[in-house]
Amino acid sequence: MLLRHTTAEVAERSALSVNPAKTCQPIGAMYAALGLHRCLPHSHGSQGCCAYHRSALTRHYKEPIMAGTSSFTEGSSVFGGQSNLLQALNNMFTLYDPDVVAVHTTCLSETIGDDIPQIVDKANEKGHIPEGKYVIHANTPSYVGSHVTGFANMAKAMVDYLAEPAAMKNECINIVPGWVEPADMREIKRLCWQMGVDVIMFPDTSDVLDAPQTGEYEFYPKGGVTIPELKQTGASSATLALGHTASAPAARALDVKCNVPCEVLDLPIGLAATDRFVDALRRTARVEVPQYLENERGRVVDVITDMHQYFHGKRVALWGDPDQLVSLTEFLVDLDMRPVYIVTGTPGKAFLKRIEKALDGRVPEAKVKQGLGADMFLMHQWIKNEPVDLLIGNTYGKYISRDEDTPLIRHGFPILDRIGHSYFPTVGYGGALRLLEKILDALLSDQDKNSPEESFELVM
Amino acid sequence: MSPRKEIDANEIKEQLLKGYPSKVARKRSQQIVVNAKDEALNVPEIKANTRTTPGIITQRGCTYAGCKGVVLGPTRDILNLTHGPIGCGFYSWLTRRNQTRPVSDEDHNFMTYCFSTDMQENEIIFGGEKKLAEAIREAHRVFKPKAIGVFATCPVGLIGDDIHTVAKQMSEELGINVFGFSCEGYKGVSQSAGHHIANNQLFKHVIGRGEKPSEEKFRINLLGEYNIGGDAFIIDDLLKRCGIHLGATFSGNSSYEGFENAHHSDLNCVMCHRSINYVADMIEEKYGVPWIKVNFIGAEATAKSLRKIAQYFEDEALTKRVEEVIAEEMEAVEAVQREIRARCEGKLAMLFVGGSRAHHYQELFNEIGMKTIAAGYEFAHRDDYEGRKVLPTIKIDADSRNIEELTVTADPKEYRPRKTEEQIEALEASGLEFKGYEGMMPTMENGTLVVDDISQYESEKLIEIFKPAIFCAGIKEKYAVQKTGTPMLQLHSYDYGGPFAAFQGALTFYRTVDRMISARIWSQIKPPWKMAGQPTLEAEFVHAE
Repeated sequence: MLLRHTTAEVAERSALSVNPAKTCQPIGAMYAALGLHRCLPHSHGSQGCCAYHRSALTRHYKEPIMAGTSSFTEGSSVFGGQSNLLQALNNMFTLYDPDVVAVHTTCLSETIGDDIPQIVDKANEKGHIPEGKYVIHANTPSYVGSHVTGFANMAKAMVDYLAEPAAMKNECINIVPGWVEPADMREIKRLCWQMGVDVIMFPDTSDVLDAPQTGEYEFYPKGGVTIPELKQTGASSATLALGHTASAPAARALDVKCNVPCEVLDLPIGLAATDRFVDALRRTARVEVPQYLENERGRVVDVITDMHQYFHGKRVALWGDPDQLVSLTEFLVDLDMRPVYIVTGTPGKAFLKRIEKALDGRVPEAKVKQGLGADMFLMHQWIKNEPVDLLIGNTYGKYISRDEDTPLIRHGFPILDRIGHSYFPTVGYGGALRLLEKILDALLSDQDKNSPEESFELVM
Repeated sequence: MSPRKEIDANEIKEQLLKGYPSKVARKRSQQIVVNAKDEALNVPEIKANTRTTPGIITQRGCTYAGCKGVVLGPTRDILNLTHGPIGCGFYSWLTRRNQTRPVSDEDHNFMTYCFSTDMQENEIIFGGEKKLAEAIREAHRVFKPKAIGVFATCPVGLIGDDIHTVAKQMSEELGINVFGFSCEGYKGVSQSAGHHIANNQLFKHVIGRGEKPSEEKFRINLLGEYNIGGDAFIIDDLLKRCGIHLGATFSGNSSYEGFENAHHSDLNCVMCHRSINYVADMIEEKYGVPWIKVNFIGAEATAKSLRKIAQYFEDEALTKRVEEVIAEEMEAVEAVQREIRARCEGKLAMLFVGGSRAHHYQELFNEIGMKTIAAGYEFAHRDDYEGRKVLPTIKIDADSRNIEELTVTADPKEYRPRKTEEQIEALEASGLEFKGYEGMMPTMENGTLVVDDISQYESEKLIEIFKPAIFCAGIKEKYAVQKTGTPMLQLHSYDYGGPFAAFQGALTFYRTVDRMISARIWSQIKPPWKMAGQPTLEAEFVHAE
């Protein structure tokens, strides 16, 4: 057994976290910053943080992840990291010529209390930041929140530093897509364009973290929201924030700063959540939903009606990020599946309420756990007590999957052992169709593998 | 084809330095060296193991990564508890490909788990010692481990949590060995400091506690072998065939009991000089076990290492058996070498990795006729570049001084010199070198480039200038290199392939390199309509009559 020490006996733990269902803030800030065109993310802390985040993101995307680090030593930990950051800014602008450096902090620099804006002022005084270039920053202490919080904070920093208020509003709509894959961001933009809606999406990692192989390495790939676009977000007529945890802070900040009204929606994963997103677009931009899109939707409904028998009643364990889990849970319930174990390490108000709403009273046996102590070890123990038919979560689930002989659908972060997540969306109707295919594939392959010979089915 | 091989390395060095702010250029100029060895194999001095320049885009990691991730990570039955916010524990969870084989279903294996105190703001403000103590209790209650290691992350040192006192108290309370590692990420200048901290603590708290000497003849320990992709397994198989018994491995496929009893072996064989040479010294001083440098990367190197071990034990039957095994293995190896050499001869390789890998893997490239045109380490010291003979001249700076140096004396009970001074002298006279490591530069050709702690910018420049056939480094470099159309082989993880050690591993390596260089896809990067010689205007369709 791979997880040979995991038993059914659940013991109370108040201090020990085992196999976490979250990681720390800075990696989320780094991911978000990569969705800004010609941006070099910078980690203000020990160099290990930056190395770990780059490695994790690289393994997930199989793409280059470039970022600088302040490389703290014992001395900088005692006296503060000002001189390290000053040097770093000078070196990064000299060597790598970014349009913007996005600094995020770490537990180390936060514990010391380094004041990033003050250090950036100093860098400006010293002429380390060339004319027309920008430095933005987000505070991302690792001992608060999770990787999702870090994403939210860096998305908000884009607003805080770059959005400009405008007296005249235009027809454009801002979209904060949340922590989703480049493919999802591309799909959301496609949906909007198909409805004839002009959007600015930030951050936007499409064409950054799924860059083509051309034989020439582009340090800054062509994707990402540009600085002029970010400035323009203040002139848009509305903002749609997808995901309460990852996107609401940026959208609200934009409302406060530039008076752009916002609506916070669930991530458009699954049928109902996509419906709400499309409907919000329709209302906000005052456009019609084209027939083409209704046909896409119709195909999703068609598959669900055709294959309902295979979904119905299947027990699912899922773990990951709150925004993803809420929409996934709702979708599973719409399929008459039973999301029985739901775990996220990411804290935050309203998650439990939203999950309750998504469960809609239809899965009374569901166990939901959030925040401290909500880890994959506990979820596995629940599974030991009463098994599930399907696991949905990141690659770390493969250990449970093998030990329990339960199929796993990889979803969320990180996915270290398969490709596809960055190329094929799970948002929108197309994404829903892909999720359905994946769920069916997993369940039916399992049935094919385990059914007695006489009931091995040709047609399913 | 080996394009532009004739370029003057000094010119390239100037080109690399040109892009830097002048102060940084001065520092980098001491870390970028054009190799020039004389007849006595003296080489120019390189600046190594010094602070990373902020913002340069280094590939280095931190002290915690070296301590918890590299050295203790591969030990299956010590419960490794990270004291800090969740990230450090999360990123070091199963990501290093250290393989392990528990001896039975009941044997402990915690390597698939991540244990953390998941520190919150409250603990940063009011201290995390209480939470740490409770986490240790809970770990003991739920998992019943033989030993618990506690690893400090950056904020722990700053807020002043005393992990060693907590460990000691918990050790007394729970009756198991609990020990701490002050491996805060900001200590030292790279992972290397973490290796040192890890090894020191293992030496203080574990090695020598065991009372189970094995009875086998020819017992050795392997030091600095981390069993990436199963390297240690394949080395162990080979040793077994020769009749050599592997006691403990530090720390691939390792167990607590193996560490405890390491002092009962009769020879220490050091693979990765950087990460562990000082432990070999300490074991010799305390227990009388001599050490030699070995290298099981490369077929020739493997044969040489086996011969050294046999020579040490001075046993005729063992020597004979070793020669038989080498002869059996070399036949297949040479056949494959010939076949692959035909395709790879003269091609260029670059290696920027580790503290010994950038050196060891050059052997394998040599064996298929490939030339290493540039190489460097991420976290090595001068002795790994220039050889141990420079050790007395290395200045201890502030960053090295904060890593504890243990003072070791002979153990009153367990010290047992395995060889007399006369025996050692006789062996040395017959060509067996003890405590010797020549370093990387004396084995590289003159005019090649040696770059310490290479930056992203420098890697890109070198690829642009040399257009190597293959580039070897780690995950962070992997895809940027490949986007240039250059195959990139990871030498930390072996791209999830391997093993590459010993004779069988050498075969796998030759085939891997051959496969990567010859992959059809490299010729298909450009679409046909963008190939040279394609007309821009095409004929148009006409209707057939």
